[in-house]
Amino acid sequence: MEFLVASAIGTMTAAGLYLVLRLRTFPVILGMSLLTYAVNVFLFASGRLTVGAPPILTDATTYTDPLPQALVLTAIVISFGMTAVVVMIALGAFLGADDDHVNDPARDEDESGEEQT
Amino acid sequence: MMHWIIAPVVLPAILAPFIVLAARYHVGIQRVFSLAGVVGLIAICAGLAWQASDGTVTLYQLGDWAAPFGIVVVGDRLSTLMILLTAVLALFVLLYAIGSHWDARGRHFHALFQFQLMGIMGAFLTGDLFNLFVFFEVLLIASYGLMIHAGGNRRLRAGVQYVLFNLLGSTLFLFALGAIYAETGTLNMADLAQRIALIGPEATAGIRIASVLLLMVFAIKAALVPLHFWLPSSYAEAPGPVAALFAIMTKVGAYAIIRVYTLIFGPDVAVTDGLYSNWLLPAALVSLAIGMIGLLGARKLDRLVAFSVIGSMGMVMVAISMFTPDSISAALYYIIHSTLAAGALFLISDLARAGRANLELTEQPPLAGAPLTSALFLVAAIAMAGLPPLSGFVGKLLILDAAFETPLVTWTWAIILTSSLISVVGFARAGSVLFWKAKSVPYPENTIAEPAPSPLSYVAVGGLITLLILHTVFAGPAYRYVAQTSDALFAPEAYISTVLSTPGKLSKPKKEEK
Repeated sequence: MEFLVASAIGTMTAAGLYLVLRLRTFPVILGMSLLTYAVNVFLFASGRLTVGAPPILTDATTYTDPLPQALVLTAIVISFGMTAVVVMIALGAFLGADDDHVNDPARDEDESGEEQT
Repeated sequence: MMHWIIAPVVLPAILAPFIVLAARYHVGIQRVFSLAGVVGLIAICAGLAWQASDGTVTLYQLGDWAAPFGIVVVGDRLSTLMILLTAVLALFVLLYAIGSHWDARGRHFHALFQFQLMGIMGAFLTGDLFNLFVFFEVLLIASYGLMIHAGGNRRLRAGVQYVLFNLLGSTLFLFALGAIYAETGTLNMADLAQRIALIGPEATAGIRIASVLLLMVFAIKAALVPLHFWLPSSYAEAPGPVAALFAIMTKVGAYAIIRVYTLIFGPDVAVTDGLYSNWLLPAALVSLAIGMIGLLGARKLDRLVAFSVIGSMGMVMVAISMFTPDSISAALYYIIHSTLAAGALFLISDLARAGRANLELTEQPPLAGAPLTSALFLVAAIAMAGLPPLSGFVGKLLILDAAFETPLVTWTWAIILTSSLISVVGFARAGSVLFWKAKSVPYPENTIAEPAPSPLSYVAVGGLITLLILHTVFAGPAYRYVAQTSDALFAPEAYISTVLSTPGKLSKPKKEEK
């Protein structure tokens, strides 16, 4: 099971990193989501993988570490909110400039597009 | 238990929703509450700093849960110094935002401003690594809103880059936290410090990876080369007062490095021995050089200031990466100076927009209010470039003095001195183009004279400059204070015992008997 989880995390991270290195916002945001999935599973696994055990101390001898579950919950909520924010800002940038590249604009465009306030 | 230590987090956290919910259509009321909140913050932070100044470590256990299980807020000299610096910078930035009407150009400026302060204060005060992550996210999500305040296509595009880069940083932070938790089973800083010391030299792979990952995260925040690419565009495109407030955000990264790498992965911890000391100093020197060369090469004033921030963060990191008590106190002195100077310069670059079509360093007719703006620019540039008599010079001298203990002393001296020269040339070129050459360019026909910036804007910038001068005049007491701070950082027993031995819920019974 450890191998399965570890390789799943690795695959998601690799795919996420590949997508993040693209130039346009949509693949980049998809890549960010993949990376956050990978990190969520990674956090979950940081408390050791235990199957079928309750996350509280009971009379039973085995239990799951409850703390990573709390950490994952926090991380999921935060990454969910952040993804929503970046989608909104990217949409705004795309609709305003009719261009969804994430790099700095070229130099000539830089000067003609000068606007303030 | 005293509750004041949590007030710097709670006060903005209450004010921000109040401003959104109750005062969203009244800029006047927003300004009053926001200003009152920041003044209150200064009073609270000054009180906390005074309380910590004799070396007391104040602990606050949220919900009265004892330390390794509950979340703690810790106020020692370093934390309270940083929150006081934040509150003071915030006051002048807020005055400027009100004086220049930046806050009325979009909505929710004051609410986001308060949320940003809440995140920064929390990041400085927390005693728990995961909580540090949460406060990083709070300050980042507020900064995303502030960064694209007042809109505009270019600002939104720079905002997308800024958000994406920081999201990547947050993901990396989570990976580092997961690895640390898997290796040690705790995320409380004081508890970590004890447990790391117990790890034997044979099982170090995981914790070494985790410590370097964590350092990378903080280096992203501190804009250390080669992780600085997010900074120039986003700081240059952000509204002037927002960029000035962001001057403290790079310092959050520097603070986190100082805190974690003296307390947890300290210089004498065997597990991480020689792991980052080899390349941190060269990276800092390169970022100092790149910052100052970028400053000379910048074609716009706001980019010039952004590169000067990279350079001064490089200077801070040069001092930090030596990890000796002398160098950390030099770094702390320089952090105060660099925050005030960068804040002032960003505000001045916004002042220079009055009467100019853009901030390109080209010949254009004189800007409105040029005499006063140019005088302020001169003083701030002297401070930032580190020329005598201002505090940049004193700070640089302290760093040069501390560099004697490193093997790279020749390189350090050479790069610091050369980059200072380059930055002087860069600032002099920018100033002469902006203010002197402008005299030879006539105004175009039938232009309406642009009004000069409001007096309140000048008061705000002048206040920051006055603080810089005070930081120079009282360099002796200031240095003694930061020296005590860094001594306490290198003797963290008081910090650790306060955090772990204070009884609370879930304490072991033997500790409660004490």
